[in-house]
Amino acid sequence: MKRDRLLSLAPFVGLALVILLIPLPLTVKPVTHVVTMTADQFAFDPPVLRVNYGDRVRLTLQATDVVHGFYLDGYGIETRVEPGISQQIEFVADQIGKYRFRCSVSCGTLHPFMIGELVVNPNLTFARAVGLTAVILAGTLFYLRRFPPREPREHTTA
Amino acid sequence: MGYRFELTRSKWLKALLKSRVFQPALMLVTLFFFVVAILAGFFGTPAGSHNFGIIFVWIVWWALLIIVLVPFFGRMWCTICPIPGPGEWLQRRGIIQRTPGRPRSLRWRWPRRLRNIWLQNFGFLAVAIFSTVILTRPGVTAWLLLGMMLLGVTLSIFYENRVFCRYVCPVGGFIGLYSLTSSTELRVKDVQVCREHTTKDCVIGTEHSYGCPWMVFPGNLERNTYCGLCTECLKACPKDNVALNLRPFGTDLLVAKGRSLDEAYKALIMLACALLYSGVLLGPWGWVKDWANMATLPQWAAYAAGFLAINLLVVPGLFWLTTAVARRVGQIQLPVKRLFIDYAYSLVPMGLIGWIAFSFSFVFVNGSYAVSVLSDPFGWGWDLLGTRSVPWTPLLPGLVAALQVALLLVGLVFSSIIAYRIARQHTRTDVQAWHSTLPVSAFLAGVTLVFMRLYLG
Repeated sequence: MKRDRLLSLAPFVGLALVILLIPLPLTVKPVTHVVTMTADQFAFDPPVLRVNYGDRVRLTLQATDVVHGFYLDGYGIETRVEPGISQQIEFVADQIGKYRFRCSVSCGTLHPFMIGELVVNPNLTFARAVGLTAVILAGTLFYLRRFPPREPREHTTA
Repeated sequence: MGYRFELTRSKWLKALLKSRVFQPALMLVTLFFFVVAILAGFFGTPAGSHNFGIIFVWIVWWALLIIVLVPFFGRMWCTICPIPGPGEWLQRRGIIQRTPGRPRSLRWRWPRRLRNIWLQNFGFLAVAIFSTVILTRPGVTAWLLLGMMLLGVTLSIFYENRVFCRYVCPVGGFIGLYSLTSSTELRVKDVQVCREHTTKDCVIGTEHSYGCPWMVFPGNLERNTYCGLCTECLKACPKDNVALNLRPFGTDLLVAKGRSLDEAYKALIMLACALLYSGVLLGPWGWVKDWANMATLPQWAAYAAGFLAINLLVVPGLFWLTTAVARRVGQIQLPVKRLFIDYAYSLVPMGLIGWIAFSFSFVFVNGSYAVSVLSDPFGWGWDLLGTRSVPWTPLLPGLVAALQVALLLVGLVFSSIIAYRIARQHTRTDVQAWHSTLPVSAFLAGVTLVFMRLYLG
């Protein structure tokens, strides 16, 4: 019986694995993005960078008020930028998905929440998460429909 | 009922919990850190990331509470929370030993109209609309902590027992609700023993123990919500009929007795706040942060109005519609309001896990501040443990998103199963229950996708 229950979920597990693991082609032709970004208490401008996989990003960072930092999650890039002295960062967007960049130098009250986003398309991470949500919910509902709990209806009020 | 494992079978654990020293000793330890947090707030550096008050309250304590204590141990924080300590010790005229006579207070009666968690709901929202300011300014955090303690002491002068914890504390409100999901419970072993035991020592107290300060009769306890795990009943019971159990997660969510609109709203408020904080604090939109940070009063007023509207009208309104559809497709005869209340409990696991996912974002990234702050709690240049110069080092920043997705999916499955089992309490057939679950699951999936959009999209 338990085996039947587990086996009934096999198609959903299989589908989830396909969504999670299937390699998809990343065929967009790489370009170079030249961006001037300002860091100002407590936001980056532009707040969101959208690029494609393989693109080169040439970033000029400028601090307009106090000393700020720039740390890019997942890429491990970090630099410090002082007012009046711009910093250049260059990297290839070789990891798809959304990565936060954040101020890494204590710059004032909202410093921990001075955050921006780098979105490297195609954002398969998000697409896979959405797919997984659909499959896992479908699997849960299928399981509940096919194998309802055996507990008695203690509080039936209908 | 499900699986139970009695932890108090362990003699040493039972002896520990029965000891009068156990709880006050832990409360004194947390009180020490609490006082340091307040002092650091008032006299330490205004830079939050170098101040003990901010780092240890909003990162270390918060992470411990929401990621470990609440899911696994329910209200265990309430066992060791220092806030009600001074008030309670004043009432009892002592800290450790049971002092003779009834605890002292003016013995006012708490208004019947306030014997619910509405005050806690509004208290939480009042703190929440200022949260960007509170979370980032040590002085404001210190005033909040001090204010809560003074309120606790003041209430203990007028009202007997832990009125502050039970009806006022904004933190206690959500801990109580989320402890419905926890894997630990304090319960009586045999209800019949309590029924036949006429002296009710757990309520009145004994020579060596106080009556339940949370105003709960353990014999009737079916949910964790209002049991503060103070273990007085364990100390008092002459029949050895009180136990601390391990149990499956979410057991109390299926207990129909005690469900109420105030708790349902708490579930909705907590879920909405987790979503809003994920957008406001972790999002890239600087202007929202400025508004939340009181850049100007009109901007903050607009932010607060939007925040409250989403919490009190938009999310509850959407869930009300969901419930109305669920009622129709499941052919349920109950009024929509009753079903709205019951189905709201299916949001509890999703809400708790949403908060854990939100917390991962900043706990992993900013947790390393705690190491340097330990050596220099006031930001005065001390180096007590030689760790002051440890640099800010984000922990696994590339892995946080994957952990968040995994958690949210667990929350979706958990909540959907709870929704189905609640539906079975109100339908004649399993098919009706299943149909009624569909709209609620769709709502839960929508919430999951909004979280994912904010974290990954």
